Amino acid sequence: MTDCFIYDAVRTPRGRGKKDGALHEITPISLATQVLQALRDRHDLDTGLVDDVILGCVEPIGEQGADIARTAALHAGYAETVAGVQINRFCASGLEAVNMAAASIMAGQTQAAIGGGVESMSRLAMGASGGAWPIDPSVAIPAYFVPQGISADLIASKYGFSRQDCDAYAVESQKRSAQAWEEGRFQNAIVPIKDVMGVMVLDRDEHMRPGTTVEGLAGLNPSFAMPGQMGFDDVAIQKYPELERISHVHHAGNSSGVVDGAAGVLLGSERFGEVAGLRPRAKIKGFAMIGSEPCIMLTGPEFVTQKLLANLRMKPSDIDLWELNEAFAAVVLRYMQALDIPHDKINVCGGAIAMGHPLGATGAMILGTMVDELERTGKSTALVTLCIGAGMGVANVIERV
Amino acid sequence: MSTPDFTCFQCETDADGLVTATFDVPGKTMNTLTQAAIAEIEALANWLKDDEALKGCVITSGKDNGFCAGADLQEMTALLTKAQGQSEDDKREAFKLAFALNRVFRSLETCGKPVAMAINGLALGGGLEWALSCHYRVVGSSSKIQLGLPEVKVGLMPGAGGTQRLTRLVGVMAAGPLILEGKSLRPQEAQMQGVVHEVSDDPVAAAKAWIKGGGKAKNPWDEDGFRIPGGAPQGKAGQMFMVGNAMLRQKTYANYPAPIHAMAAVYEGLQLPFDRALEIESKYFVKTLATPQAQNMLRSLFLSMQDLNKGARRPKGVDKDKIESLAVIGAGFMGAGIAYVAAKAGVKVVLLDTSQDNADKGKAHSETLVGKAVSRGKMSQDKADALLANITPTTDYTALGDVDLVIEAVFESREVKEAVIKQAEAHMKPDAILASNTSTIPITELATYSGRPDQFVGIHFFSPVDKMLLVEIIRGDKTGDRAIATAMDLVMTVKKTPIVVEDARGFYANRCVLKYIEQGLSMVAEGVPPALIENAAKMAGMPVGPLALQDEVAIDLGVKILKQTADDLGNAYKPGAVDAILNGMFAQGRLGRKNGQGFYVYPKGEDKYLWDGLSDYVTGSPQSLDPQDLKDRFLYAQALEAVRSYLSEIVTDPREADVGSILGWGFAPWSGGVLSFVEMTGLEPFIARADELAQEYGDVFAVPDGLRKMAEQGERFYPLMAVA
Ligand SMILES: CC(C)(COP(=O)(O)OP(=O)(O)OC[C@H]1O[C@@H](n2cnc3c(N)ncnc32)[C@H](O)[C@@H]1OP(=O)(O)O)[C@@H](O)C(=O)NCCC(=O)NCCS
Repeated sequence: MTDCFIYDAVRTPRGRGKKDGALHEITPISLATQVLQALRDRHDLDTGLVDDVILGCVEPIGEQGADIARTAALHAGYAETVAGVQINRFCASGLEAVNMAAASIMAGQTQAAIGGGVESMSRLAMGASGGAWPIDPSVAIPAYFVPQGISADLIASKYGFSRQDCDAYAVESQKRSAQAWEEGRFQNAIVPIKDVMGVMVLDRDEHMRPGTTVEGLAGLNPSFAMPGQMGFDDVAIQKYPELERISHVHHAGNSSGVVDGAAGVLLGSERFGEVAGLRPRAKIKGFAMIGSEPCIMLTGPEFVTQKLLANLRMKPSDIDLWELNEAFAAVVLRYMQALDIPHDKINVCGGAIAMGHPLGATGAMILGTMVDELERTGKSTALVTLCIGAGMGVANVIERV
Repeated sequence: MSTPDFTCFQCETDADGLVTATFDVPGKTMNTLTQAAIAEIEALANWLKDDEALKGCVITSGKDNGFCAGADLQEMTALLTKAQGQSEDDKREAFKLAFALNRVFRSLETCGKPVAMAINGLALGGGLEWALSCHYRVVGSSSKIQLGLPEVKVGLMPGAGGTQRLTRLVGVMAAGPLILEGKSLRPQEAQMQGVVHEVSDDPVAAAKAWIKGGGKAKNPWDEDGFRIPGGAPQGKAGQMFMVGNAMLRQKTYANYPAPIHAMAAVYEGLQLPFDRALEIESKYFVKTLATPQAQNMLRSLFLSMQDLNKGARRPKGVDKDKIESLAVIGAGFMGAGIAYVAAKAGVKVVLLDTSQDNADKGKAHSETLVGKAVSRGKMSQDKADALLANITPTTDYTALGDVDLVIEAVFESREVKEAVIKQAEAHMKPDAILASNTSTIPITELATYSGRPDQFVGIHFFSPVDKMLLVEIIRGDKTGDRAIATAMDLVMTVKKTPIVVEDARGFYANRCVLKYIEQGLSMVAEGVPPALIENAAKMAGMPVGPLALQDEVAIDLGVKILKQTADDLGNAYKPGAVDAILNGMFAQGRLGRKNGQGFYVYPKGEDKYLWDGLSDYVTGSPQSLDPQDLKDRFLYAQALEAVRSYLSEIVTDPREADVGSILGWGFAPWSGGVLSFVEMTGLEPFIARADELAQEYGDVFAVPDGLRKMAEQGERFYPLMAVA
């Protein structure tokens, strides 16, 4: 098997996913294009060496439709020979794209590829692409479909996390994100985004609220009590009948932020690095994916982690840094509880509660954060994972080289 | 062209070429869409299409009692047989049969001439679907008229265009409650929601006026550029489906195939051209018919219930009496309730108690009920006044001298009842019937206090009387046919469903429901989490969890029944988990809902929640927390008790056992009732599972020999294909 190396990882800053967010005027194709151009320009890369561009995107319709990956490669001025494919594994799409690129390199079928993702949530709202799973009665009813927020509240109810626990976690996320920015930990990865005139519009994550306190969060209303009352609580209880009720602990302050952004990771074989004149930064040790119970939906990371560590014959103690996307506070709290992970080893630079979760891109973003963080701290091994819609988990282990 | 020969329509054509077709199916009290009628609707459509002289058509009904009650369920045998068939050919054949109605309504809709429906009575199911295929609908103004699609209530779904036309007419949101829950609309509501165009005192005239005014022969969905109000499923209406699916599961626990299939037909149909959409609906209709739930519900909730309501079990050879007067002794909650339902049905009621104050209080119950009904616009003041005028509260036993039937509903004590029976008979006409509403004392025993035991019968109403639709008529050893017949006449007069039950402890319903509660309490003792107990029961299809039900019944009453049973059985009585819990909670002053403290805590103005002290009553460790095991325990415990009742001839007719179980204590309606549940499981698999449960949980699950014998001999409760 060929080794697959990470040569670089970049991301855009995350813009608030609202009409007044800084990146709202930037088309998703432009976000993806600026990321691809940055990867090329930082290294004077001969793009003819790249076989494929794989981009995750969760709402691939409208201006994110029609294979945004190939479109972006063309638009970025990459060599015509660079293929492109858009993939969708919901919230883990960005990491999945990296893993698919890696798989092909490891299998010796490609030499180099870019894995990443893009999502303009302000322009294409969650759910915009419809689908059978949430809507088609023949599918949704037997699958006990509930929206993600209800699943997160279900996790909190089932595993005993209070509003207080979740808020405390959120405050810590804000604190760590702010500190990471202050210390310039993201500096290397950030591609400042420019508007149509070529003027920079955003170079810093826009969703953060560094001053957040537990007292401040206490005033926020639960976001998913209303859908719960409309019927989704009962759907969750019918799947988990040991619960008398769902406690609605998640709100805007302890859920991942809705944001716009894109990311890209340049991957290749050792030979590619030699030809391109690049030094590898990290090695992909392995990756895995798994399906888990779809109603509680967001517990997949626990199971995919166990699967991957077993595949790699590793123990949790072999992992120096853990990164689990902060889709919702209870998702991370449950993961820490299930695998007995100390808080100071996981999400050390904060996460999506503070900085936001641009669905298709996040996996590649947090992988990049781990590459930078391993280098900064001199540590060796990191595990990156995300919870996923419809009950899945994707994980990957990287090693600094 | 001349008028074709019709038997179901009387057609008149005026000078302008406007046909008035009066729908009047011969030999039927209520218009239904019989095979003959369907063929003639097609002939009507063809005639309108082909005869150039015709300018349009108004369809109305020649029956007083309504416009059309929909498909003829009695005539569905062929379709059902094919739908249940295993081969693809059977399914294709079933589709053809099912699609006939869609095809015919579509031909009327596309005949090229404006067709208006003058709905001068109730239009349900296929009746409303027919109306929806017309281009204009005028409905009479009478508040008795109802428009609706009640199919799901008997296990079916609309199958004559209802899922497609109604959604395209008013949108998914407004159509939902009609299609998925069988809600019906009064004329004004129907107009407000856009289901009909006009409400008129003279619907035929209004319909004619519409045609003469240039009414268009096209429905909106046949116009170019048609858009579904509220959006399409994979568009704006996506959110509605998302929430709608959740609500459907919330309300039905996904136990009923029909509404899920109806929802699917809407979802898929709205993404298709109209003609293909009708096909999808018919396919889901066939798919629904193929489910045992649909077959069983149709049998129990439509056919059997209709039979029983018409007095199928009334003793032959006893002349039918119209019950005009009634006396109720004991104006407590039950007596007052009986007085109310009787008075509502136009029966003159003497309501007798020991003091005038008590008797008046009994009448006040009716005053409260009618007050509510009037303020909610459900009853006119005249009706309310007439109802109340029918009730005469008194203390005077001589008032019993004029009535044909007396029901005693006094305190459940043998001594009190003995005195009342003797005193009543002293004043009653010699041929009048005396009934007891007891729920705990054997009728045969009470009959020993009577001087004319052949005229003594049990009439067991359920509480609350105004809501509960079942009445058990209890036959004591000496009860004669005339007493049974009179009791039945009363039950039919008050529009409830009678079942005849032999005299045994708990009669039929209570003995079965007790097994349900008993399982719940046993689970508490085993240490099954109370929320899981309650949820599993509801997932099984029960309307209320066993712990909540015990709270409703009241814990002190439970203690009383236990004591009575213990006294009656003497040494044979073995106290168990139920005794420990109920006695313990009673001693702690927890009486149930009535004092706000039982298995649940009932905070004022807030939702009840399970009491955390129940953990003190755990004495073991649970054998299984698998919801499926718990569901089985609930259903099997009840079904086995019903089978025992049936085999020991406490109930003698499977229809009564099934209908009684659904109406009496809400047994999983999706199954069609207790015996239908056994039969749909299959006798052998049922016995095998019960044997397993008996191993784990004891004698409650012991399979009676009679059932094993039935299985061995391949017998069933119902003949195969009992549907019509
Ligand atoms: C939870 C959620 C619905 C909230 O969305 P929202 O209501 O649009 O959130 P907003 O950013 O507008 O914040 C709402 C309020 O909370 C306040 N707020 C948010 N974070 C806060 C913080 N840290 N401290 C104090 N206040 C905060 C905002 O100021 C705002 O207040 P306002 O209404 O007075 O303006 C949304 O973030 C969400 O859906 N997140 C999850 C995304 C998801 O499911 N991803 C997939 C995961 S699998």
